[in-house]
Amino acid sequence: MTPKILLDDVHKSFGTRSVLKGISIEVAQSEVIAFIGSSGSGKSTLLRCVNLLESIDDGAIFLDGVDISAPGLNPDPVRQRIGMVFQSFNLFPHMTVLQNVSLAPHKVLGQSKKESESHARELIARLGLSDRADGYPDQLSGGQQQRVAIARSLAMNPEVMLLDEITSALDPELVGEVLDVVRELKSNGMTMLLATHEMGFAKEIADRVCFLHEGQILECSSPAEFFTNPTHQRTQQFLQRVTEAGRL
Amino acid sequence: MVPEMSDHSGTSSLSQDSTQRPLSRRQVFERRQKRRSLLIALASSLAVIGLLVALIPQTPGWYKVKRSFFNGPILDETFPALLRAFVKDIQIFLWCAPCILVLGMLLAICRNVRSPLLFPLRLFAAAYTDIFRGIPVILTILLIGFGVPGLGMDRPWNSPYLWGSVALILAYSSYVSEVFRAGIESIHESQRAGARSLGLSTSQTLRHIIIPQAIRRVIPPLMNDFVSLQKDVALISLIGPIEILRQAGIDKSKYANFTPYVGAAIIFLLLTIPETRFVDHLMSRERRRTSGTAVR
Ligand SMILES: Nc1ncnc2c1ncn2[C@@H]1O[C@H](COP(=O)(O)OP(=O)(O)OP(=O)(O)O)[C@@H](O)[C@H]1O
Ligand SMILES: [Mg+2]
Repeated sequence: MTPKILLDDVHKSFGTRSVLKGISIEVAQSEVIAFIGSSGSGKSTLLRCVNLLESIDDGAIFLDGVDISAPGLNPDPVRQRIGMVFQSFNLFPHMTVLQNVSLAPHKVLGQSKKESESHARELIARLGLSDRADGYPDQLSGGQQQRVAIARSLAMNPEVMLLDEITSALDPELVGEVLDVVRELKSNGMTMLLATHEMGFAKEIADRVCFLHEGQILECSSPAEFFTNPTHQRTQQFLQRVTEAGRL
Repeated sequence: MVPEMSDHSGTSSLSQDSTQRPLSRRQVFERRQKRRSLLIALASSLAVIGLLVALIPQTPGWYKVKRSFFNGPILDETFPALLRAFVKDIQIFLWCAPCILVLGMLLAICRNVRSPLLFPLRLFAAAYTDIFRGIPVILTILLIGFGVPGLGMDRPWNSPYLWGSVALILAYSSYVSEVFRAGIESIHESQRAGARSLGLSTSQTLRHIIIPQAIRRVIPPLMNDFVSLQKDVALISLIGPIEILRQAGIDKSKYANFTPYVGAAIIFLLLTIPETRFVDHLMSRERRRTSGTAVR
Protein backbone atom coordinates (compact mmCIF):
# COMPACT_ATOMS: atom_id res chain seq x y z
CA MET A 1 0.00 0.00 0.00
CA THR A 2 1.33 3.47 -0.75
CA PRO A 3 2.13 5.36 2.42
CA LYS A 4 0.00 8.42 3.15
CA ILE A 5 3.11 10.51 3.42
CA LEU A 6 6.60 9.65 2.35
CA LEU A 7 9.66 11.77 3.00
CA ASP A 8 12.63 10.74 0.93
CA ASP A 9 16.02 12.13 1.92
CA VAL A 10 14.70 15.66 2.57
CA HIS A 11 17.30 18.40 2.88
CA LYS A 12 16.68 21.99 3.88
CA SER A 13 19.04 24.79 4.70
CA PHE A 14 18.61 28.45 5.52
CA GLY A 15 21.52 30.21 3.83
CA THR A 16 24.58 28.26 4.81
CA ARG A 17 22.89 26.77 7.84
CA SER A 18 21.81 23.22 7.13
CA VAL A 19 18.71 22.44 9.20
CA LEU A 20 17.38 19.15 7.77
CA LYS A 21 20.06 16.72 6.66
CA GLY A 22 18.39 13.85 4.91
CA ILE A 23 15.09 13.04 6.56
CA SER A 24 13.38 9.87 5.36
CA ILE A 25 10.22 8.43 6.87
CA GLU A 26 7.08 6.61 5.76
CA VAL A 27 3.81 7.47 7.40
CA ALA A 28 0.91 5.07 6.92
CA GLN A 29 -2.75 6.11 6.66
CA SER A 30 -4.09 6.87 10.17
CA GLU A 31 -0.67 6.65 11.71
CA VAL A 32 0.37 9.13 14.39
CA ILE A 33 4.03 10.08 14.53
CA ALA A 34 5.51 12.17 17.33
CA PHE A 35 8.75 14.04 16.68
CA ILE A 36 10.75 14.84 19.75
CA GLY A 37 14.14 16.43 20.08
CA SER A 38 15.85 19.37 21.65
CA SER A 39 15.15 22.95 20.65
CA GLY A 40 16.59 23.81 17.26
CA SER A 41 16.74 20.19 16.10
CA GLY A 42 14.46 21.02 13.15
CA LYS A 43 11.00 19.79 14.22
CA SER A 44 9.12 22.91 13.16
CA THR A 45 11.09 23.18 9.93
CA LEU A 46 10.23 19.58 9.09
CA LEU A 47 6.49 20.16 9.57
CA ARG A 48 6.60 23.45 7.66
CA CYS A 49 8.29 21.63 4.77
CA VAL A 50 5.52 19.03 4.66
CA ASN A 51 2.98 21.88 4.51
CA LEU A 52 5.08 23.49 1.73
CA LEU A 53 5.49 26.63 3.80
CA GLU A 54 9.21 26.08 3.26
CA SER A 55 10.53 24.70 -0.01
CA ILE A 56 13.01 21.87 0.33
CA ASP A 57 16.43 21.90 -1.29
CA ASP A 58 16.79 18.23 -2.05
CA GLY A 59 14.89 14.96 -1.77
CA ALA A 60 11.14 14.65 -2.20
CA ILE A 61 7.88 14.59 -0.26
CA PHE A 62 5.04 12.38 -1.44
CA LEU A 63 1.36 12.59 -0.49
CA ASP A 64 -0.56 9.47 -1.54
CA GLY A 65 2.33 8.63 -3.85
CA VAL A 66 2.31 12.01 -5.60
CA ASP A 67 5.39 14.20 -5.38
CA ILE A 68 4.18 17.42 -3.76
CA SER A 69 7.63 18.96 -3.43
CA ALA A 70 8.26 19.26 -7.17
CA PRO A 71 9.53 22.77 -7.87
CA GLY A 72 6.92 24.93 -9.54
CA LEU A 73 3.96 22.96 -8.24
CA ASN A 74 1.03 25.06 -6.99
CA PRO A 75 1.05 24.56 -3.21
CA ASP A 76 -2.51 25.71 -2.54
CA PRO A 77 -4.40 22.49 -3.44
CA VAL A 78 -1.91 20.47 -1.38
CA ARG A 79 -2.32 22.71 1.65
CA GLN A 80 -6.08 22.21 1.49
CA ARG A 81 -5.47 18.53 2.18
CA ILE A 82 -2.91 19.06 4.94
CA GLY A 83 -3.98 21.03 8.01
CA MET A 84 -1.44 22.71 10.23
CA VAL A 85 -1.71 24.07 13.75
CA PHE A 86 1.06 26.27 15.07
CA GLN A 87 2.68 26.78 18.43
CA SER A 88 1.52 30.38 18.60
CA PHE A 89 -2.11 30.17 17.67
CA ASN A 90 -2.00 32.81 14.91
CA LEU A 91 -5.75 33.12 14.68
CA PHE A 92 -6.94 36.10 12.64
CA PRO A 93 -7.48 38.79 15.28
CA HIS A 94 -9.85 40.91 13.18
CA MET A 95 -12.34 38.07 12.71
CA THR A 96 -14.71 36.36 15.09
CA VAL A 97 -14.21 32.72 15.99
CA LEU A 98 -16.92 31.78 13.51
CA GLN A 99 -15.30 33.81 10.72
CA ASN A 100 -11.89 32.34 11.50
CA VAL A 101 -13.26 28.85 11.06
CA SER A 102 -15.54 29.47 8.07
CA LEU A 103 -13.28 31.73 5.99
CA ALA A 104 -11.22 29.10 4.16
CA PRO A 105 -14.10 26.70 3.34
CA HIS A 106 -16.00 29.67 1.91
CA LYS A 107 -13.13 31.26 -0.03
CA VAL A 108 -11.06 28.22 -0.96
CA LEU A 109 -13.53 25.33 -1.22
CA GLY A 110 -16.23 27.58 -2.62
CA GLN A 111 -18.87 26.60 -0.09
CA SER A 112 -21.70 29.09 0.25
CA LYS A 113 -21.40 31.44 3.20
CA LYS A 114 -24.35 29.77 4.90
CA GLU A 115 -23.02 26.29 4.35
CA SER A 116 -19.52 27.15 5.58
CA GLU A 117 -20.93 28.87 8.66
CA SER A 118 -23.24 26.09 9.67
CA HIS A 119 -20.42 23.60 9.21
CA ALA A 120 -18.17 25.88 11.27
CA ARG A 121 -20.75 26.12 14.05
CA GLU A 122 -20.91 22.33 14.22
CA LEU A 123 -17.13 22.10 14.54
CA ILE A 124 -17.00 24.86 17.12
CA ALA A 125 -19.66 23.06 19.13
CA ARG A 126 -17.78 19.80 18.87
CA LEU A 127 -14.75 21.49 20.40
CA GLY A 128 -16.91 22.85 23.22
CA LEU A 129 -16.78 26.51 22.21
CA SER A 130 -20.36 27.18 21.14
CA ASP A 131 -20.77 30.14 23.45
CA ARG A 132 -17.61 31.76 22.05
CA ALA A 133 -18.46 31.53 18.36
CA ASP A 134 -19.17 35.25 18.01
CA GLY A 135 -16.33 36.45 20.19
CA TYR A 136 -12.92 37.58 19.02
CA PRO A 137 -9.72 35.57 19.56
CA ASP A 138 -8.23 37.97 22.12
CA GLN A 139 -11.26 37.40 24.35
CA LEU A 140 -10.40 33.70 24.66
CA SER A 141 -8.01 31.80 26.91
CA GLY A 142 -4.95 30.22 25.32
CA GLY A 143 -6.53 26.77 25.42
CA GLN A 144 -9.69 28.03 23.77
CA GLN A 145 -7.66 29.83 21.11
CA GLN A 146 -5.74 26.68 20.33
CA ARG A 147 -8.98 24.72 20.03
CA VAL A 148 -10.26 27.34 17.59
CA ALA A 149 -7.02 26.98 15.60
CA ILE A 150 -7.63 23.23 15.42
CA ALA A 151 -11.24 23.79 14.37
CA ARG A 152 -10.05 26.21 11.69
CA SER A 153 -7.82 23.51 10.21
CA LEU A 154 -10.43 20.77 10.55
CA ALA A 155 -12.98 22.89 8.69
CA MET A 156 -11.04 22.15 5.51
CA ASN A 157 -11.54 18.41 6.03
CA PRO A 158 -7.83 17.70 5.85
CA GLU A 159 -6.48 14.20 5.31
CA VAL A 160 -3.39 14.89 7.39
CA MET A 161 -2.83 17.15 10.39
CA LEU A 162 0.51 18.69 11.34
CA LEU A 163 0.61 19.84 14.95
CA ASP A 164 3.63 21.91 15.94
CA GLU A 165 3.99 22.01 19.72
CA ILE A 166 0.41 23.04 20.04
CA THR A 167 0.47 22.97 23.85
CA SER A 168 3.82 24.57 24.59
CA ALA A 169 2.42 28.11 24.83
CA LEU A 170 -0.32 27.03 27.23
CA ASP A 171 -0.62 27.11 31.00
CA PRO A 172 -0.38 23.54 32.35
CA GLU A 173 -4.04 23.43 33.33
CA LEU A 174 -5.11 24.27 29.79
CA VAL A 175 -3.03 21.56 28.12
CA GLY A 176 -5.53 18.81 28.87
CA GLU A 177 -8.43 20.32 26.95
CA VAL A 178 -6.30 20.62 23.82
CA LEU A 179 -4.86 17.13 24.08
CA ASP A 180 -8.39 15.75 24.43
CA VAL A 181 -9.11 17.08 20.96
CA VAL A 182 -6.03 15.35 19.55
CA ARG A 183 -7.06 12.06 21.17
CA GLU A 184 -10.42 12.40 19.52
CA LEU A 185 -8.80 13.01 16.13
CA LYS A 186 -6.74 9.88 16.52
CA SER A 187 -9.74 7.77 17.37
CA ASN A 188 -11.27 9.00 14.12
CA GLY A 189 -8.31 7.77 12.16
CA MET A 190 -6.61 11.07 11.32
CA THR A 191 -3.06 10.79 10.06
CA MET A 192 -0.98 13.13 12.22
CA LEU A 193 2.57 14.36 12.52
CA LEU A 194 3.23 16.16 15.74
CA ALA A 195 6.18 17.93 17.24
CA THR A 196 5.94 17.89 20.99
CA HIS A 197 7.72 18.38 24.28
CA GLU A 198 4.99 16.46 26.14
CA MET A 199 6.70 13.09 26.54
CA GLY A 200 3.78 11.57 28.41
CA PHE A 201 1.44 12.54 25.62
CA ALA A 202 3.80 11.28 22.89
CA LYS A 203 3.98 7.98 24.75
CA GLU A 204 0.22 7.73 24.97
CA ILE A 205 -0.89 8.83 21.55
CA ALA A 206 1.88 8.10 19.05
CA ASP A 207 2.18 4.92 17.04
CA ARG A 208 5.82 5.76 16.54
CA VAL A 209 8.10 8.23 18.28
CA CYS A 210 10.97 9.70 16.27
CA PHE A 211 13.98 11.37 17.77
CA LEU A 212 15.32 14.29 15.78
CA HIS A 213 18.85 15.48 16.38
CA GLU A 214 20.59 18.21 14.38
CA GLY A 215 18.38 17.69 11.37
CA GLN A 216 18.50 13.91 11.28
CA ILE A 217 16.18 11.19 12.55
CA LEU A 218 18.32 9.12 14.85
CA GLU A 219 15.68 6.55 15.70
CA CYS A 220 12.02 5.82 15.24
CA SER A 221 10.22 3.18 17.24
CA SER A 222 7.06 2.31 19.13
CA PRO A 223 6.62 4.35 22.31
CA ALA A 224 7.15 1.30 24.52
CA GLU A 225 10.40 0.55 22.79
CA PHE A 226 11.47 4.16 22.53
CA PHE A 227 11.01 5.17 26.14
CA THR A 228 12.20 1.99 27.82
CA ASN A 229 14.86 0.80 25.46
CA PRO A 230 16.34 3.59 23.31
CA THR A 231 19.13 2.30 21.14
CA HIS A 232 20.94 5.49 20.32
CA GLN A 233 23.18 7.14 22.85
CA ARG A 234 21.90 10.63 21.99
CA THR A 235 18.36 9.48 22.62
CA GLN A 236 19.35 8.06 25.98
CA GLN A 237 20.98 11.34 26.93
CA PHE A 238 17.98 13.34 25.79
CA LEU A 239 15.54 11.14 27.70
CA GLN A 240 17.71 11.34 30.77
CA ARG A 241 17.73 15.13 30.63
CA VAL A 242 13.98 15.15 30.22
CA THR A 243 13.55 12.76 33.12
CA GLU A 244 15.76 14.90 35.33
CA ALA A 245 13.70 17.94 34.41
CA GLY A 246 10.66 15.99 35.62
CA ARG A 247 8.89 15.96 32.30
CA LEU A 248 8.55 12.23 31.85
CA MET B 1 -17.28 13.40 18.52
CA VAL B 2 -15.23 15.45 20.93
CA PRO B 3 -16.96 15.47 24.30
CA GLU B 4 -18.45 18.85 25.14
CA MET B 5 -15.89 20.72 27.11
CA SER B 6 -17.70 23.30 29.13
CA ASP B 7 -16.04 26.57 29.96
CA HIS B 8 -16.32 27.59 33.56
CA SER B 9 -15.51 31.18 32.93
CA GLY B 10 -18.33 32.74 34.94
CA THR B 11 -18.31 36.45 34.21
CA SER B 12 -16.84 38.08 37.23
CA SER B 13 -19.13 39.38 39.91
CA LEU B 14 -16.39 41.76 41.04
CA SER B 15 -17.38 44.55 38.71
CA GLN B 16 -20.80 44.86 40.27
CA ASP B 17 -20.00 45.60 43.89
CA SER B 18 -17.02 47.84 43.10
CA THR B 19 -19.32 50.80 42.52
CA GLN B 20 -20.77 50.70 46.01
CA ARG B 21 -17.51 50.39 47.85
CA PRO B 22 -16.17 53.61 49.46
CA LEU B 23 -13.13 55.16 47.78
CA SER B 24 -9.91 53.33 48.47
CA ARG B 25 -6.94 55.12 50.00
CA ARG B 26 -5.27 55.18 46.60
CA GLN B 27 -8.31 56.68 44.91
CA VAL B 28 -8.57 59.44 47.54
CA PHE B 29 -4.88 60.19 47.09
CA GLU B 30 -5.11 60.22 43.31
CA ARG B 31 -8.11 62.55 43.32
CA ARG B 32 -6.37 65.04 45.55
CA GLN B 33 -3.24 64.79 43.44
CA LYS B 34 -5.22 65.39 40.28
CA ARG B 35 -6.99 68.45 41.64
CA ARG B 36 -3.66 69.93 42.75
CA SER B 37 -2.04 69.37 39.32
CA LEU B 38 -5.01 71.02 37.66
CA LEU B 39 -4.79 74.10 39.89
CA ILE B 40 -1.06 74.49 39.30
CA ALA B 41 -1.48 74.14 35.53
CA LEU B 42 -4.27 76.74 35.53
CA ALA B 43 -2.33 79.24 37.61
CA SER B 44 0.87 78.99 35.58
CA SER B 45 -1.00 79.31 32.27
CA LEU B 46 -2.85 82.40 33.49
CA ALA B 47 0.42 83.96 34.63
CA VAL B 48 2.09 83.44 31.26
CA ILE B 49 -0.87 84.67 29.25
CA GLY B 50 -1.28 87.67 31.51
CA LEU B 51 2.38 88.55 31.07
CA LEU B 52 2.11 88.37 27.28
CA VAL B 53 -1.04 90.48 27.19
CA ALA B 54 0.59 93.06 29.40
CA LEU B 55 3.98 93.17 27.66
CA ILE B 56 3.32 92.91 23.91
CA PRO B 57 1.34 96.18 23.67
CA GLN B 58 4.35 97.88 25.28
CA THR B 59 6.49 97.17 22.21
CA PRO B 60 7.08 100.23 19.96
CA GLY B 61 5.55 98.72 16.79
CA TRP B 62 2.49 97.14 18.38
CA TYR B 63 -0.08 99.72 17.34
CA LYS B 64 0.99 99.35 13.71
CA VAL B 65 0.86 95.56 13.83
CA LYS B 66 -2.52 95.72 15.49
CA ARG B 67 -3.90 98.00 12.81
CA SER B 68 -2.68 95.93 9.86
CA PHE B 69 -3.07 92.37 11.19
CA PHE B 70 -5.79 92.47 13.84
CA ASN B 71 -8.14 95.00 12.38
CA GLY B 72 -11.64 94.27 13.69
CA PRO B 73 -13.75 96.12 11.07
CA ILE B 74 -11.79 94.67 8.16
CA LEU B 75 -12.10 91.20 9.61
CA ASP B 76 -15.87 91.64 9.89
CA GLU B 77 -16.07 92.77 6.31
CA THR B 78 -13.89 90.10 4.70
CA PHE B 79 -14.77 87.06 6.81
CA PRO B 80 -17.96 86.01 4.94
CA ALA B 81 -16.20 86.00 1.57
CA LEU B 82 -13.36 84.00 3.07
CA LEU B 83 -15.79 81.44 4.42
CA ARG B 84 -17.46 81.15 1.01
CA ALA B 85 -14.07 80.65 -0.64
CA PHE B 86 -13.22 78.01 1.93
CA VAL B 87 -16.07 75.88 0.61
CA LYS B 88 -13.93 75.49 -2.52
CA ASP B 89 -11.04 74.17 -0.41
CA ILE B 90 -13.33 71.65 1.19
CA GLN B 91 -14.67 70.54 -2.17
CA ILE B 92 -11.17 70.00 -3.55
CA PHE B 93 -10.26 68.08 -0.40
CA LEU B 94 -13.35 65.91 -0.69
CA TRP B 95 -12.71 64.78 -4.23
CA CYS B 96 -8.97 64.35 -3.73
CA ALA B 97 -9.21 62.24 -0.57
CA PRO B 98 -10.89 59.13 -2.03
CA CYS B 99 -8.62 59.19 -5.11
CA ILE B 100 -5.59 59.39 -2.82
CA LEU B 101 -6.78 56.46 -0.70
CA VAL B 102 -7.41 54.22 -3.70
CA LEU B 103 -4.22 55.16 -5.54
CA GLY B 104 -2.14 54.93 -2.35
CA MET B 105 -3.45 51.44 -1.63
CA LEU B 106 -2.83 50.28 -5.20
CA LEU B 107 0.74 51.57 -5.05
CA ALA B 108 1.33 49.85 -1.70
CA ILE B 109 0.03 46.56 -3.12
CA CYS B 110 2.20 46.96 -6.23
CA ARG B 111 5.26 47.36 -4.05
CA ASN B 112 4.39 44.12 -2.30
CA VAL B 113 4.01 41.83 -5.32
CA ARG B 114 6.75 39.28 -5.58
CA SER B 115 5.88 37.76 -8.94
CA PRO B 116 8.66 38.42 -11.49
CA LEU B 117 6.05 38.96 -14.18
CA LEU B 118 4.80 41.99 -12.29
CA PHE B 119 8.27 43.33 -11.56
CA PRO B 120 7.78 46.36 -13.84
CA LEU B 121 4.76 47.29 -11.72
CA ARG B 122 6.87 47.15 -8.59
CA LEU B 123 9.58 49.21 -10.17
CA PHE B 124 7.05 51.78 -11.33
CA ALA B 125 5.49 52.05 -7.88
CA ALA B 126 8.89 52.46 -6.24
CA ALA B 127 9.94 55.15 -8.70
CA TYR B 128 6.60 56.92 -8.33
CA THR B 129 6.80 57.13 -4.55
CA ASP B 130 10.47 58.13 -4.64
CA ILE B 131 9.78 60.96 -7.06
CA PHE B 132 6.68 62.46 -5.51
CA ARG B 133 7.87 62.07 -1.95
CA GLY B 134 11.08 63.84 -2.88
CA ILE B 135 9.56 66.95 -4.49
CA PRO B 136 7.98 69.70 -2.36
CA VAL B 137 4.21 69.65 -2.91
CA ILE B 138 4.29 73.25 -4.03
CA LEU B 139 6.70 72.42 -6.88
CA THR B 140 4.56 69.51 -8.03
CA ILE B 141 1.60 71.86 -8.12
CA LEU B 142 3.46 74.52 -10.08
CA LEU B 143 4.97 72.08 -12.57
CA ILE B 144 1.74 70.24 -13.27
CA GLY B 145 -0.54 73.22 -12.89
CA PHE B 146 1.36 75.33 -15.41
CA GLY B 147 2.91 72.54 -17.46
CA VAL B 148 -0.04 70.37 -18.45
CA PRO B 149 -2.49 73.16 -19.46
CA GLY B 150 0.38 74.35 -21.66
CA LEU B 151 -0.34 71.36 -23.90
CA GLY B 152 -3.22 73.48 -25.16
CA MET B 153 -6.09 71.09 -24.56
CA ASP B 154 -9.70 72.25 -24.77
CA ARG B 155 -12.08 73.57 -22.15
CA PRO B 156 -12.56 71.12 -19.32
CA TRP B 157 -9.03 69.79 -19.73
CA ASN B 158 -7.19 73.01 -19.08
CA SER B 159 -8.83 73.83 -15.76
CA PRO B 160 -6.43 74.73 -12.96
CA TYR B 161 -8.81 73.03 -10.50
CA LEU B 162 -8.32 69.78 -12.35
CA TRP B 163 -4.54 69.91 -12.58
CA GLY B 164 -4.10 71.38 -9.13
CA SER B 165 -6.10 68.48 -7.76
CA VAL B 166 -4.13 66.00 -9.85
CA ALA B 167 -0.89 67.39 -8.42
CA LEU B 168 -2.21 67.02 -4.86
CA ILE B 169 -3.37 63.48 -5.61
CA LEU B 170 0.02 62.51 -7.05
CA ALA B 171 1.94 63.92 -4.10
CA TYR B 172 -0.32 62.64 -1.35
CA SER B 173 -0.89 59.19 -2.82
CA SER B 174 2.86 58.66 -2.59
CA TYR B 175 2.81 59.58 1.13
CA VAL B 176 -0.25 57.50 1.80
CA SER B 177 1.15 54.50 -0.06
CA GLU B 178 4.14 54.53 2.27
CA VAL B 179 1.81 54.53 5.26
CA PHE B 180 -0.13 51.58 3.84
CA ARG B 181 3.08 49.76 2.99
CA ALA B 182 4.38 50.16 6.53
CA GLY B 183 1.04 48.85 7.78
CA ILE B 184 1.16 45.81 5.50
CA GLU B 185 4.71 45.03 6.52
CA SER B 186 3.86 45.35 10.20
CA ILE B 187 1.53 42.35 10.06
CA HIS B 188 3.36 39.41 11.54
CA GLU B 189 4.58 36.65 9.25
CA SER B 190 2.65 34.08 11.29
CA GLN B 191 -0.61 35.58 10.00
CA ARG B 192 0.50 34.86 6.46
CA ALA B 193 1.60 31.33 7.41
CA GLY B 194 -1.74 30.69 9.09
CA ALA B 195 -3.66 31.80 6.04
CA ARG B 196 -1.50 30.01 3.48
CA SER B 197 -1.59 26.76 5.49
CA LEU B 198 -5.38 26.80 5.03
CA GLY B 199 -4.92 26.89 1.27
CA LEU B 200 -5.67 30.58 0.75
CA SER B 201 -3.78 31.98 -2.24
CA THR B 202 -1.37 34.90 -2.01
CA SER B 203 -3.97 37.38 -3.17
CA GLN B 204 -6.71 35.96 -0.95
CA THR B 205 -4.33 36.20 2.00
CA LEU B 206 -3.55 39.81 1.15
CA ARG B 207 -7.18 40.72 0.68
CA HIS B 208 -8.82 38.95 3.61
CA ILE B 209 -6.07 38.72 6.21
CA ILE B 210 -3.29 41.25 5.69
CA ILE B 211 -4.96 44.38 4.33
CA PRO B 212 -7.91 44.51 6.77
CA GLN B 213 -5.49 44.33 9.69
CA ALA B 214 -3.07 46.80 8.11
CA ILE B 215 -5.80 49.37 7.54
CA ARG B 216 -6.91 49.23 11.15
CA ARG B 217 -3.36 49.80 12.24
CA VAL B 218 -2.67 52.82 10.01
CA ILE B 219 -5.84 54.84 10.50
CA PRO B 220 -4.25 57.36 12.92
CA PRO B 221 -1.15 58.14 10.79
CA LEU B 222 -3.41 58.27 7.71
CA MET B 223 -5.62 60.86 9.33
CA ASN B 224 -2.51 62.91 10.08
CA ASP B 225 -1.72 62.97 6.37
CA PHE B 226 -5.24 64.09 5.61
CA VAL B 227 -5.03 66.97 8.06
CA SER B 228 -1.94 68.07 6.13
CA LEU B 229 -3.80 67.67 2.86
CA GLN B 230 -6.55 69.92 4.20
CA LYS B 231 -3.98 72.66 4.63
CA ASP B 232 -2.05 72.02 1.43
CA VAL B 233 -5.18 72.47 -0.67
CA ALA B 234 -4.52 76.18 -0.18
CA LEU B 235 -1.33 75.86 -2.25
CA ILE B 236 -3.49 75.44 -5.34
CA SER B 237 -4.15 79.17 -5.12
CA LEU B 238 -0.76 79.65 -6.78
CA ILE B 239 -2.07 78.36 -10.10
CA GLY B 240 -5.31 80.28 -10.16
CA PRO B 241 -8.39 78.89 -8.43
CA ILE B 242 -10.06 81.32 -6.09
CA GLU B 243 -10.03 79.42 -2.87
CA ILE B 244 -9.52 80.84 0.58
CA LEU B 245 -5.85 81.83 0.35
CA ARG B 246 -6.40 83.51 -3.02
CA GLN B 247 -9.47 85.32 -1.69
CA ALA B 248 -7.46 86.51 1.29
CA GLY B 249 -4.78 87.80 -1.07
CA ILE B 250 -7.36 89.71 -3.10
CA ASP B 251 -8.83 91.25 0.05
CA LYS B 252 -5.37 92.08 1.32
CA SER B 253 -4.67 94.11 -1.80
CA LYS B 254 -8.08 95.73 -1.73
CA TYR B 255 -7.78 96.96 1.88
CA ALA B 256 -3.96 97.18 1.91
CA ASN B 257 -4.20 95.23 5.14
CA PHE B 258 -3.08 91.79 6.31
CA THR B 259 -6.10 91.04 8.47
CA PRO B 260 -7.73 88.77 5.82
CA TYR B 261 -4.76 86.39 6.20
CA VAL B 262 -5.39 86.21 9.91
CA GLY B 263 -9.04 85.54 9.12
CA ALA B 264 -8.04 82.68 6.81
CA ALA B 265 -5.76 81.27 9.49
CA ILE B 266 -8.64 81.35 11.97
CA ILE B 267 -10.89 79.46 9.55
CA PHE B 268 -8.24 76.76 9.04
CA LEU B 269 -7.73 76.41 12.78
CA LEU B 270 -11.46 76.02 13.39
CA LEU B 271 -11.29 72.89 11.25
CA THR B 272 -7.81 71.50 11.86
CA ILE B 273 -7.64 71.81 15.65
CA PRO B 274 -10.59 69.48 16.24
CA GLU B 275 -9.16 67.17 13.57
CA THR B 276 -5.72 66.94 15.15
CA ARG B 277 -7.24 66.50 18.63
CA PHE B 278 -9.27 63.61 17.27
CA VAL B 279 -6.21 61.99 15.67
CA ASP B 280 -4.24 62.36 18.92
CA HIS B 281 -7.10 60.72 20.72
CA LEU B 282 -7.11 57.80 18.27
CA MET B 283 -3.34 57.44 18.52
CA SER B 284 -3.22 57.39 22.29
CA ARG B 285 -6.06 54.89 22.33
CA GLU B 286 -4.12 52.67 19.94
CA ARG B 287 -0.99 53.04 22.09
CA ARG B 288 -2.89 52.11 25.23
CA ARG B 289 -4.41 49.13 23.48
CA THR B 290 -1.07 47.79 22.25
CA SER B 291 1.23 48.61 25.14
CA GLY B 292 -0.86 48.14 28.24
CA THR B 293 -1.28 50.72 30.97
CA ALA B 294 1.01 53.69 31.32
CA VAL B 295 3.87 53.33 33.74
CA ARG B 296 4.50 56.11 36.21
N1 LIG C 1 13.37 31.15 8.55
C1 LIG C 1 14.54 30.76 9.08
N2 LIG C 1 15.68 31.36 8.73
C2 LIG C 1 16.87 30.99 9.25
N3 LIG C 1 17.02 30.00 10.14
C3 LIG C 1 15.92 29.34 10.54
C4 LIG C 1 14.63 29.69 10.04
N4 LIG C 1 13.71 28.87 10.61
C5 LIG C 1 14.41 28.06 11.43
N5 LIG C 1 15.74 28.31 11.39
C6 LIG C 1 16.79 27.62 12.12
O1 LIG C 1 16.61 26.25 11.92
C7 LIG C 1 16.90 25.52 13.10
C8 LIG C 1 15.76 24.59 13.42
O2 LIG C 1 14.63 25.36 13.76
P1 LIG C 1 13.24 24.72 14.15
O3 LIG C 1 12.32 25.85 14.41
O4 LIG C 1 12.85 23.77 13.10
O5 LIG C 1 13.60 23.96 15.47
P2 LIG C 1 12.63 23.19 16.46
O6 LIG C 1 13.12 21.82 16.58
O7 LIG C 1 11.23 23.38 16.05
O8 LIG C 1 12.91 23.95 17.80
P3 LIG C 1 11.89 24.30 18.99
O9 LIG C 1 11.74 23.08 19.80
O10 LIG C 1 12.60 25.39 19.73
O11 LIG C 1 10.62 24.77 18.37
C9 LIG C 1 17.15 26.53 14.18
O12 LIG C 1 18.53 26.59 14.44
C10 LIG C 1 16.67 27.83 13.61
O13 LIG C 1 17.50 28.88 14.03
MG1 LIG D 1 9.56 24.49 16.82
